[in-house]
Formats: sequence, C-alpha cells, structure tokens
Amino acid sequence: MIPFRILRTIRTALKALRRNPMRAALTALGIIIGVAAVIIMMEIGKGSSAAIQRTIASMGANNLLIQPGTAASGGVSFGSGSVMTLTPDDAEAVRRECPAVRAVAPMVRARTQVIYGNRNWVPFFIFGTTPDYLEVREWTSLAAGEMFTDSDIRNASKVCVLGQTLVRELFAGASPMGKEVRVQNVSFRVIGVLTMKGANMMGMDQDDILLAPWTTVKYRVTGTSAQTANQSTSSASGQSSGVSQSVNSLSKLYPGQPSLYPVPSASQQANTPLPVRFTNVDQILTAARSGAEIPLALRQITQVLRERHRLRPGEPDDFNIRDMTEMSTTMSSASKLMANLLLSVALISLVVGGVGIMNIMLVSVTERTREIGLRMAVGARGRDILRQFLIEAVVMCLAGGAIGIVLGQGVSKLITFLLRWPTETSIAAIVSSVVVSAGVGIIFGFYPAWKAARLDPIEALRYE
Amino acid sequence: MNVIELHNICKTYHVGELDVPVLKGITLAVGRGELVALTGASGSGKSTLMNILGCLDRPSSGRYVLDGQDISGLSADDRAHVRNNKIGFVFQNFNLLPRTSALENVILPLTYAAEHLTDHQATGRALQLIERVGLADRAHHEPSQLSGGQQQRVAIARALVNRPSILFADEPTGNLDSRTSREVLSMFEQLNREEGITIILVTHDQEVARHARRAIHISDGVIVDGQFGPGAAP
Ligand SMILES: Nc1ncnc2c1ncn2[C@@H]1O[C@H](COP(=O)(O)OP(=O)(O)OP(=O)(O)O)[C@@H](O)[C@H]1O
Ligand SMILES: [Mg+2]
Repeated sequence: MIPFRILRTIRTALKALRRNPMRAALTALGIIIGVAAVIIMMEIGKGSSAAIQRTIASMGANNLLIQPGTAASGGVSFGSGSVMTLTPDDAEAVRRECPAVRAVAPMVRARTQVIYGNRNWVPFFIFGTTPDYLEVREWTSLAAGEMFTDSDIRNASKVCVLGQTLVRELFAGASPMGKEVRVQNVSFRVIGVLTMKGANMMGMDQDDILLAPWTTVKYRVTGTSAQTANQSTSSASGQSSGVSQSVNSLSKLYPGQPSLYPVPSASQQANTPLPVRFTNVDQILTAARSGAEIPLALRQITQVLRERHRLRPGEPDDFNIRDMTEMSTTMSSASKLMANLLLSVALISLVVGGVGIMNIMLVSVTERTREIGLRMAVGARGRDILRQFLIEAVVMCLAGGAIGIVLGQGVSKLITFLLRWPTETSIAAIVSSVVVSAGVGIIFGFYPAWKAARLDPIEALRYE
Repeated sequence: MNVIELHNICKTYHVGELDVPVLKGITLAVGRGELVALTGASGSGKSTLMNILGCLDRPSSGRYVLDGQDISGLSADDRAHVRNNKIGFVFQNFNLLPRTSALENVILPLTYAAEHLTDHQATGRALQLIERVGLADRAHHEPSQLSGGQQQRVAIARALVNRPSILFADEPTGNLDSRTSREVLSMFEQLNREEGITIILVTHDQEVARHARRAIHISDGVIVDGQFGPGAAP
C-alpha cells in the first residue's frame, strides 16, 4: 500500500516535470555537466595510473638502485651522490652475500658528447658498468655483436655497446659494428648493439644509451671531470686520476694515435692491480629475485653495506637504496593526487548543479503554492507534498546523472581516440555518480520540499 | 443524529497588532442528509465558517465534532485524512489544476486516498462521475478549454470522487450565469435526495435559500436565523 502510494507520487512528480520540460532540462544541465566531469576525471585518472603501472612493470620492477650518501644526515643535506662511499667491492659483496639479490652491476655515469665522423650526439645515458648490467635490466639479447667481458673491465678496454637511438643518430642506418666512436677524445670500438627497449616511465628514451666497461669510463673518460667536480674528495683517488689524466692528455696531443705505452698484459695487470680500494662508483644497480623479495633484498643489502662501511648502530646509512616500488608509488600517488584534484573540481561543479536545482525548486514551490494548497485541501498530507517535491528533485538529478554518465563515457572515449590518452571505464565512477546525483537531489531538494510541506492549506489556496 | 456539531466556535484573525474577530461564538448542529443553505452579507464570515467546517482551517476556540469525531484537537495530517475521506469541498473559484485534464483533476483526491485502488478502477470511478456531471465528452480537456460552468462541474465531480458523506460548497454558483447555476443547484438537490449526502452550501441567492429545506443566516459572526434545524431540538 505504501509503495503503491510512492509509485503514484513518482508519477505525479513526472507529470509535474513534463509540464515544464525546458526548465527541467536546464536545471538538470548542471547535474549533467557535473556527473560527466566526474566520470571523465575518474576514467582519465584510472587510465593514466594503469598506464604507469604497466610501464613500471615493463622496465624491470624489481630493480634496486643503491646510491651513495644520505638524503639528510644530522640536519645537513648532501644529496645523493655527493659523497663517494660505494666501491666495486661493495657490489661484489652484495652479489656474494645477499641471496635475495639476483644480479648486481656497479655503474659509473658520464654525460658528454659521442662523436662519429662528422656526426655527434649527447646520449642520455653513458654508463660504465659490467656485463651483468644487462642481466639486471633483463636486457638479455643483443641485436648485434656481443657484450664486453670481465677481461675488458680488467683491461679498461676501449669498447662499447650502443643503444638503438644512438646508433640511429650517429650511423644513420649504416652498421656500427667495429666502428670507432669518440667520447671525450677517447676512441671506443663498437662491439655490440642493444635491442630496442623504448621509453621508461619518466618518459626518457632507454635506447639513448652507451655502455662501456666501468673502468674505461671511470679512468679514461670521467677522470678529469670527476676531480674538478669533486675537489673536496679524498686525495686517495688522485692516483687513479693521475693515470687517466696522463692518458687523456696524450690522446689530446696526438688524436687518433695509438697509446705510447704498450697495453699491459693480463699477468702485468694481476701484478699491479688497479687501486680499486680507493675507487668509487656512482651507483650500484641490483635486481631482486622477485617483487615479493624486494623488502628482503633491501634489508640484506643494508646489512652488508653497513658492515662493510663499519657503521656503528645508530649511525645513519652513508648510502640510500631506491626501489621502483618507491618510485612507482611516488608516481602513482602523484597521478592520484592529480586525479583527486580534478575530481574535487568536478565535484564542485556537481554542488553548483545542486544549488541550481535548489534554486529552481524554490521558485517552483512559490509558483505552485496554490497547487500545493489544493492538493492539501483534497487530502494530501505534509509528507505527501514533501515526497512529491523531493522525488521531482531526485528524478531531475538521476535523469541528469544518467545523461551525464553517457556523456562522460562518450567524451572519455573521444579523448582516448583523439588525444591517445589512456582512459579506463570505471564502475566505481558510474556507481558513485548515481549515488552522488541522487544525494544532490535529496540534499538540495529537501529544503524547498520541506518548505512546501509546511504550507498551511488555506493560506496556500489564498496565495496570489 | 447530527453529523456536524459546532459548540461556541470563535475565529479571530490577527492582522499585525490588531485582533479581527470574525466568528463570535457559533453553535450549530446539522443532521445527516440535510441540505442547508448558508446566507449572509459579504464579509459576515461565511467563508471563514465553511473553511472551519471543511477542516481546512482551525477555530481559535470552541469545539467541532464531525461524524462523532472531535476535530478541534487533530493534527494537520489527521485533518488531511478527514478531508480526504469524509468531506468533499467545492470552492467558489473552482481551484482546478491548470494544464491538467478534467479527468486528472477528478482523480487527484484518489492519489492521496488510503483505500487501495488500481489505476483502472480510479480512472473508471472518475469517468463515471464526469459522465454524471454531464462532461463525458470533455474528460480530456484542460480547465482553460472549459467554460466556467463546466469547470465548476469538474470541481463537483472531484469533490465527490472519494464518496464523501458531507459536501461543502462555498458559493458554487457565484461565478455562473442563472441558467448554469440552476443546473448546478439541481445537481446538488439530486445528490442530496438520491445519495443522502449532507450538503451545506453558501449562497447569496434567496431563491436557492428557499429551495433548501433549511437556511442559516449569519450576520457579523453570529447566527441570527436557522440555528436549529427542523428535526433538531434546541
Ligand atoms: N486571512 C485573513 N486575515 C484577516 N482577516 C481576514 C482573513 N480572512 C478573512 N478575513 C476577514 O474576515 C471577514 C470575513 O471574511 P469571509 O471571507 O469569511 O467573508 P464572507 O462572508 O465569505 O464574504 P463574501 O460573501 O464576500 O465571500 C472579512 O471581514 C475579512 O476581512
Ligand atoms: Mg466568501
């Protein structure tokens, strides 16, 4: 009996709306725009965060990057890389002693011009590393040639492996294999070409890369610049810098000439080992065995490095480890923040739409005072009137919401089609829009409806 | 057997600081099945009394018993229920819903009726009444497409649709020409005679007042004539 009454009231409300379709449509427009905006924002937000997740997964989500220095120690911020605390031996120890770590590669970075013939290019990444780098990055196959070897590292051989972008920029289609490229006047022979990997999640081209033995990059390429850049660093590195400086100055005097000194043999090398004790590397890149083992790997690496660096308990780490989950959460929280920001703007427009509804309903109550009085005179109770006006508001909001959902879906499809932005249909967005638009109807329809319900029948009938 | 009993009903309007007493102690009894004409000069308080009788307004003081039920203490919702179930009210100025067909207007009270009617039954009952007031061919016309007399007949059909036992009509013929008012009045007489509906109607027309079996004359807020019906003892 009660539902039957409500059904009649719904029909009454619909009739009332149909009597003024233009006004109902304009009123609902606020809700339509608001709901459409909510849908579009939520779908774009969901799509972009899904895209970020995919990118992270494709670029080796299990990588852990060890950098020297602490972000802040005793209130003094050094910034990553400002102190030299990581050595190749640290990398070796992590490989040996951390079971949760699958692969380790020490890295020396440089940023300079690479020249071939009359062409030159500044690749985004020049990494001095070990052959294990490819395993860490899960970059297992080469497009051509092969990776340099451990003996290349011992000998600081002037060989390199190039990424696809660098090949394209320098060789313009010709085969780079066996050619010599110059990096700060040091000639590197190209012995391999990497496969294509595409952009990483920061949008940087991962194929814009040159890989070489870390010893070569350390002593022959960055030697001078490292010393000038880090004058305060330990004089211990002076020895090695001295060596590379003399090599470099010779290369400058006689470009293209073979080295004046004979290349030391392996036994010579073993007898006079490079001063690795005093050598630092810029970063150590590691890969955990699986995503689940990242926290374990973090703990093991921290323990090994603290031990090796003789840090007492309570002393802050002189290194920091960045994992991709940290990065991915940063990225996705940034995109979530953006999405929430947009969403709140969209919600504001919903509220504005709600205020529009309230305004129209108030006008409508005043305009229909006589009608309300008449309905009361023939037996409508206050709550019947309240229900009628409330249902009118909710029907307008829900109809607006439905149109808004369709419109929002259409626009987000259009955005994907035209701008190639990733969007994803969000059931949550649709459900919440329906709930929110009904809620807006109830909240903003209540006051006018309550005002109508409180009218006195005889005064309402007398209203001019 | 009195269907209406008024005991010393007073109504005072407050206009600003000023008290305007309109009804000054009305005591009245109306028996079931009576047809009563209420007359009086303009401003004497006829409409005020009718609104109180029709449970649209509340008296300032006094007791009103309708059909054995004390109305004076009822809440607004309960009075709405009484209006819907026991009373039919015909307004002086029709009060039809604009842009709504005659049929819809007649169905309106059924929307709020407690009794369970299907749409079909409700429409059937409304059509039957529309036919009865002679507007079968105008059922789907809107008020603006009807003449004054036709509109008033729609209003009468609406007043009857819930099968009330009492019908109040405040100057039902006030806006009609003499021929249509005679038609409307004979309809009231017929309803009273054939259905036994108690009818109280306000009129200025002495002819109409004479037609009624009982005429109450009100002047300056008090009843000066016809307080006691033919059957009722003082
Ligand atoms: N809402 C109100 N506020 C103040 N005074 C009112 C109100 N309604 C009616 N009155 C006064 O009450 C008096 C009686 O009014 P009422 O409408 O009952 O007269 P009436 O007998 O129906 O007259 P008519 O024959 O012209 O319809 C009038 O003097 C009027 O001014
Ligand atoms: Mg009057």
